[in-house]
Amino acid sequence: MSPIREYDSSWEGDIENKLTEKFGDKIKFTGQEIRRVYAHVERDAIFDVCKFLNDELSFEHCANVIGVDMKDYMQVVYHIDSYTTYKGECVELTVDVPNDDPHVKSVSSIWGGANWNERETWELFGIVFDGHPRLERLLTPETYEFFPFRKSYKLRGWE
Amino acid sequence: MVYSSILDWVNFPNIMANPYYPFETYNLPYDISQKLWEIIGGTIAWLINLLFPGNPVSEWLVCDMTVNFFALIIFMIVVFLVVFIGILISLWEERKVLGRTMDRRGTMVGMKGFLQCVADGFKTFMKEDTQPRKVDRMTYMWTVSLVIGTSMLIACMIPLSDRWYVVNYNTGLLLIMGLFALAPFFILVSGWSQNNKYSLIGGMRAAEMMISYEIPMLILIATACLMAGTFNIGGIVQAQYDTMPYFIPQCIGFVTFFVCANAEAERTPFDLAEAESELVEGWQTEYAGMKWGLIMLADYMRGYVSCAMITILYLGGWNLPFIGDLNNYVPELVFLLKTWLVFFAMIIVRAALPRVRTDQILNLGWKVFMPLSIINLVIVLLLKMGGVF
Amino acid sequence: MMADDNSEQTKTAGQMPAMKPVVDVAAETAKMETDKMWVIMGPQHPFSHGLWTLKIKVDGEIVTDAEPIVGYLHRGWEKEAENRPYPKIIPMADRLCYAASMTYTHLYCMTVEKALGIDPPDKAKYIMIIADEINRLQSHLMWLAAVGTDLGNFTVFLWAMREREYWMDMNVRLCGARMTTNYPRIGGVRNDTPELFDRDIIRCTEHFEKAVWDIIGLIDDSSIYVSRMKNTGILTPEQCANLGITGPALRGTGVDFDLRRDDPYSNYDQIDFDVPVLKQGDSYARYMVRVEEMLQSCKIIKQAMAKVRALGKNAPYRLKVPSNVPAGRHFAKLEDPRGESMMYLISDGTDKPYRLKVRSPIFVNVSASRELCMGCRIADVPAIMAMIDMCLGETDR
Repeated sequence: MSPIREYDSSWEGDIENKLTEKFGDKIKFTGQEIRRVYAHVERDAIFDVCKFLNDELSFEHCANVIGVDMKDYMQVVYHIDSYTTYKGECVELTVDVPNDDPHVKSVSSIWGGANWNERETWELFGIVFDGHPRLERLLTPETYEFFPFRKSYKLRGWE
Repeated sequence: MVYSSILDWVNFPNIMANPYYPFETYNLPYDISQKLWEIIGGTIAWLINLLFPGNPVSEWLVCDMTVNFFALIIFMIVVFLVVFIGILISLWEERKVLGRTMDRRGTMVGMKGFLQCVADGFKTFMKEDTQPRKVDRMTYMWTVSLVIGTSMLIACMIPLSDRWYVVNYNTGLLLIMGLFALAPFFILVSGWSQNNKYSLIGGMRAAEMMISYEIPMLILIATACLMAGTFNIGGIVQAQYDTMPYFIPQCIGFVTFFVCANAEAERTPFDLAEAESELVEGWQTEYAGMKWGLIMLADYMRGYVSCAMITILYLGGWNLPFIGDLNNYVPELVFLLKTWLVFFAMIIVRAALPRVRTDQILNLGWKVFMPLSIINLVIVLLLKMGGVF
Repeated sequence: MMADDNSEQTKTAGQMPAMKPVVDVAAETAKMETDKMWVIMGPQHPFSHGLWTLKIKVDGEIVTDAEPIVGYLHRGWEKEAENRPYPKIIPMADRLCYAASMTYTHLYCMTVEKALGIDPPDKAKYIMIIADEINRLQSHLMWLAAVGTDLGNFTVFLWAMREREYWMDMNVRLCGARMTTNYPRIGGVRNDTPELFDRDIIRCTEHFEKAVWDIIGLIDDSSIYVSRMKNTGILTPEQCANLGITGPALRGTGVDFDLRRDDPYSNYDQIDFDVPVLKQGDSYARYMVRVEEMLQSCKIIKQAMAKVRALGKNAPYRLKVPSNVPAGRHFAKLEDPRGESMMYLISDGTDKPYRLKVRSPIFVNVSASRELCMGCRIADVPAIMAMIDMCLGETDR
């Protein structure tokens, strides 16, 4: 693994520079805190950004793939951690997905940790991850035909 | 003959003067059972005689031949009961001692917990006897009966002292070992007959483990008999009384036999046939109710037999060292106490150790214990040739 | 089983053309299905920790594939949370991981505090450190008990549970409940530490530091235990990081990462402690890491208690917070006893969250069971899966 470094406050700017220089306008940075970088990425560039993060910038750990239902569109949020070169740093990537075409390229070929997270996001929201080895229901029974966590699905007892 | 009072019917002659007496030396349970029959049969004969004086049935009931016949039947019951209660006591001992090592009390209800064990056994017998549809009926029933039957047979055949025995064969120990070693075959067939892949795996594992641990056991038994000069159990105990208990010159053999006895009785650390935390229940998966209860009892019987064999071969049997006269104590009790002491050691081993994996068990059996038993044999040979024993 | 093989053999032998008198043995053996079968461990199995199934494909005695099936306990936690005001979600967060409940509630409160932009008082932070570490000890002791039963020894189970009772008593002293404690609040904690709590907790720690060696002695000194745990379930550090495994399982593989030290939250940077890391990557290394973590937790508790005492009795322990959370996206991470857990909150200005997502470490750890169990024997599977320390409440949510 790459050499481990201790925290330095220049890291966030460093990461932002490297990503902008590679991807230009496909990635927009929305915020920055100690050990956190927040960015918004275009849908077609997300796989390349993730691959760049894993290979070049040694962000080895995909912590989370979250689905969000924003009613007019959907979003997928990725959290990616680094253990070595930028130890303790966490990058948050947000991708907008239109309602009529909910497809995103799967990153489970880069990180094995994204596998079940993507499967769960699919079964609860309906966002399809292209290239995922096995997109099947995991937590909910196989007979379900709807996506429970969408805002359009109301639980019993809600108005 | 004229019998005027009940005392004429219920008489206690010297039983060994009876021409039909089946044994050569004094036999305590036979004595008890003959006296019991004389009381029971004599009372019945006297009652019948009161109603019909001088009838032939009453005389037949107390003549020599019938007395021996009925005494033999009661003899079987007496021996069985004593062994059964002995095994129940070892079951109770296990629950209490195991509990105390785990910082809890074990069974508490009913005579310090003894009656609870009896009640548990009774409950198991009352449960529903489910039987899967597709098992091979014949082997399913017969193998279980044979496992339990042979275990009970050898448990009853172990003599508790010079005067408490069933048969006094000159090859007694070999016979016991032979019957003891039949179990793996029945277990294998029983696991196979249940039409369940888990039971099959369990049965095969149990059988392979038991077979590989019988070989050091056989070598060690042969060694102990070599040292004593006879296969007769009474002879071995007497030889140890004359010289010294055999665990001193054969200490390696003692430890090896103890471990092999653990393996034969399928106790932890060798209880993979019953591996609860692994996928299978073992070869007992499809047995329910009374059959399962009897299998559990057979397990404890085999444990009892193993401990009894250790006591006979290594700890001096029913004799206490340095005490001469037989009339001063009850040798049966000494024997049972020694057996329960060895069982205590087995329980502590069970409490402390986890389960060993199958390949590690077989490794141990073939690569460690068999060479050890052969080393033991060599030591005994040297001692014998040197004239020490 | 054996009957099937025979029929297949006779079938293929019968169909051989007459011109080829010699049978190609290698090709025939390759066509025959040797005993590969799927064994289903669960959902009811004595190797415990909850309701889940592990299907393993076995070739004789060696495992060639594994597939975990979870979801028996899925309650739709995240969807339910969208309909409740923020304080009412705290008892729900308790039920996420019922073995170490205060860690998830603490995580939730941290997330909401970040969204509100407030910083809880120092005393609350130190008390939450103590509560976290007590829960870590309880969780690790329950794991130790399960290790004993999985490997076939019931004594370790009862002794570990006996030690755990002392820490449950500490829970009761602090907040009145043993299991689902409902103690942290948004902006602090519910109540101050009670009378003589510092005396009790120092006593408990000292007793534990001696008593744990009994249990560890029973395991470490026994070559049976050690040989069943060594050299099974080996993973390389790169594999571990890539598969998303976190927590003691990761540190047992050689990756030196602990959120309490590398991404500190809630005043952990004021406490001095070591992070155990081992390089071998097998089950025994993961076991040793957790044991050492238990002892480090005792150290942390003593330091944190001293700081609480130094702050005095009248220091504030709770802030008043508004019920509406301003719109925004925030997340917080915490080092759970089982790994790295995280909560992601999207708030929209009302008093109910818009989206609240929970990242559970075991959800990802158990997805890696295929790589963990590959190539080992059936008897090793309980030993390996015991080191993952499943707690179904947080996996299924």
